[in-house]
Amino acid sequence: MADVSTKEKAIQLSHGGGGKEMNKLIRELFFTEFDNPILRSEEDAAKLELQGATAFTTDSFTVSPLFFAGGDIGKLAVAGTVNDLAMMGAEPQYLSCSVIIEEGFSLKDLTTIVRSMAKELKQSGARIVCGDTKVVPKGCADGLFINTSGVGRILRPNISAANVAPGDAIIVSRDVGCHGAAILMAREGLSLESELQSDCATLWPVVEQLIAANIPLHAMRDATRGGLSAVLNEWAVAANVGITVNEASIPVCDEVKGLCELYGFEPMDLANEGTFILAVPNDIALGALEIMQRFGHCESAAIIGTVNDELPGKVILRTPWNTKRYLDLPQGELLPRIC
Amino acid sequence: MLELKQLYQGFRDPQTIASLAQDIAKVARTLKEPINIMEVCGGHTHTIMKYGLLDLLPDNIEFIHGPGCPVCIMPKERIDQAAVLAQQEDVILVTLGDMIRVPGSKGSLASFRAKGCDIRPIYDPLDTLKIARDNPHKTVVFFAIGFETSTPMTAVLLQLAEQQKLANVFFHINHVLVPPAIDAVMHDPNARVNAFIGPAHVSVISGAKIYRPAVEQYGTPVVVSGFEPVDVMESILRIMRQKAAGKAELDIQYSRAVSEQGNLAAQAKVEQFFQIRPQFRWRGLGPIPNSALQLKPEYAHRDAELRFKNCLPVKEIDDHKACQCGDILRGLAKPKDCKVFGRGCNPETPLGSCMVSSEGACNAYYRYQGIDSKEQHHG
Repeated sequence: MADVSTKEKAIQLSHGGGGKEMNKLIRELFFTEFDNPILRSEEDAAKLELQGATAFTTDSFTVSPLFFAGGDIGKLAVAGTVNDLAMMGAEPQYLSCSVIIEEGFSLKDLTTIVRSMAKELKQSGARIVCGDTKVVPKGCADGLFINTSGVGRILRPNISAANVAPGDAIIVSRDVGCHGAAILMAREGLSLESELQSDCATLWPVVEQLIAANIPLHAMRDATRGGLSAVLNEWAVAANVGITVNEASIPVCDEVKGLCELYGFEPMDLANEGTFILAVPNDIALGALEIMQRFGHCESAAIIGTVNDELPGKVILRTPWNTKRYLDLPQGELLPRIC
Repeated sequence: MLELKQLYQGFRDPQTIASLAQDIAKVARTLKEPINIMEVCGGHTHTIMKYGLLDLLPDNIEFIHGPGCPVCIMPKERIDQAAVLAQQEDVILVTLGDMIRVPGSKGSLASFRAKGCDIRPIYDPLDTLKIARDNPHKTVVFFAIGFETSTPMTAVLLQLAEQQKLANVFFHINHVLVPPAIDAVMHDPNARVNAFIGPAHVSVISGAKIYRPAVEQYGTPVVVSGFEPVDVMESILRIMRQKAAGKAELDIQYSRAVSEQGNLAAQAKVEQFFQIRPQFRWRGLGPIPNSALQLKPEYAHRDAELRFKNCLPVKEIDDHKACQCGDILRGLAKPKDCKVFGRGCNPETPLGSCMVSSEGACNAYYRYQGIDSKEQHHG
């Protein structure tokens, strides 16, 4: 555990000034929690040994509120970047971590967030090997922003949206919409009581098993902002195929359904942070499903649809009473209906 | 605590829906004339499209999408007024939902927000109080929109602002009323509507009684319906049965929340703070007398239209020439009849407000339908 001085309760501009205070913060908090030899060497850049095809990704996290049921911005910043690598069939190896902190931010909260990042790193074995800390004057940022970049060794090449093909089955790894719904509930003004938690999680362990089992993974994507709808629409366009999903097969928990009813949203449009979609050949879909269902977070994995060549570029939703409609991309900000 | 699943469970049962579809088809075969049902409220349009109900219905039923979406019927000059308010020094403009995306003549509220205006979409009108308390040196204007459903909330907000002596809370009132809109639709010589699905949320507050004059005056069945697919299918069946029996009655399908009299306490609250506005211009329908509300004179000190009288534009601004929102709101055209539908006008860059709101007819058609006519749909 980091021994962070409790006298300094809030981040000051001096914590980003490059002097003693910054040095203390970085050593006592970041280095202690993210400890590893590469980081400890304190060079201007991390020296990495990379072999073969490498995936490289970056993401910035600006979630509000910073703490929500099932996670916080730190867990999100690690899981999000690690998942982007995993979705390319890459084993997450090295991450960077840049934080932009608003003056006055609670040191206790920062410590909680950094520890949460360190804990989440253990899920994939990735390490944070470089970073940056900036403090901006009060009012210039909303508490804390985190950017993480990551590299990973590609164990399974050729996973791509362009490879989605007619005859594929579409699988979703768990019930959709939990993160978006949890964030909505945590926001000011929505004082609903619920057990609902974000699905925020690292997906590498289950992906690793799918790769180990030699499942032919045509495409994988974590359904973050824009949710399931966005992923399926991107695939339909990228591969110029039609996708038909059965509404009745899409797992959605009661809380998310209820919240969507209240606010006029669709579960398929809500963000996820630990849910991914796969396209695999139909004949091995059940096998893939079985592997996934053995994992935590994926017990409710389900085959939700198929890929065809009927209406290229379009996603069709089949209702439980056998009518059809488009499942379109979500538009604009998620705002509640008026009446 | 309310179990959230109670909100929808039982109202999406495939077997119930299939059996209602069969019953509707059976009655439809006995009808001599087609039924043109106006679903006044955009929420019902949304249900019909989202759940693909048209696929289940016989050809002699046509839906006409009415003027019951508060975003769709907002004329451009009112949006412009909101934008001007938001541009005033030390003003925070607060509003609900999709309103921030509706184009005014100089852009949407979202575009003004991007230029630095302090415009805040909120989930609950009462959030306005907190914003006002947190910003005592600023003027907070609540851009109030909506039909009978949302007016009581504005009344409660006003009451609390008074009680808490929050002198910096002002109101720009755009609350409108359903019955005058129905009259406007039916008085059009080209009107084809011969039955109504009544907005249930409105009736929870106002009671089903507000539709009685329409039933009597126009001889049309009105069924007040819930928003789940089973609700809408059952309401259609009830309309069909009335038609088959040659009747025109007021019927409450959504009896789990709607009564003939409605919520009297909410009605009293509205009475306390609001009075009928002599005239309000509706997008597409033009000026309709007695169709909207305004603050009573004793609350003039809260009225943003008076407080900012000198800077609010009053010029009436019509829609883009190519936009057929007006005809669509009057039930004289379908979204796909509009030349710019899905081309110049889409949810990303809407020309007309019917494309903006998730309850707008054009938006619902764009999002959910057109499977058999894709070339027209997504371009």
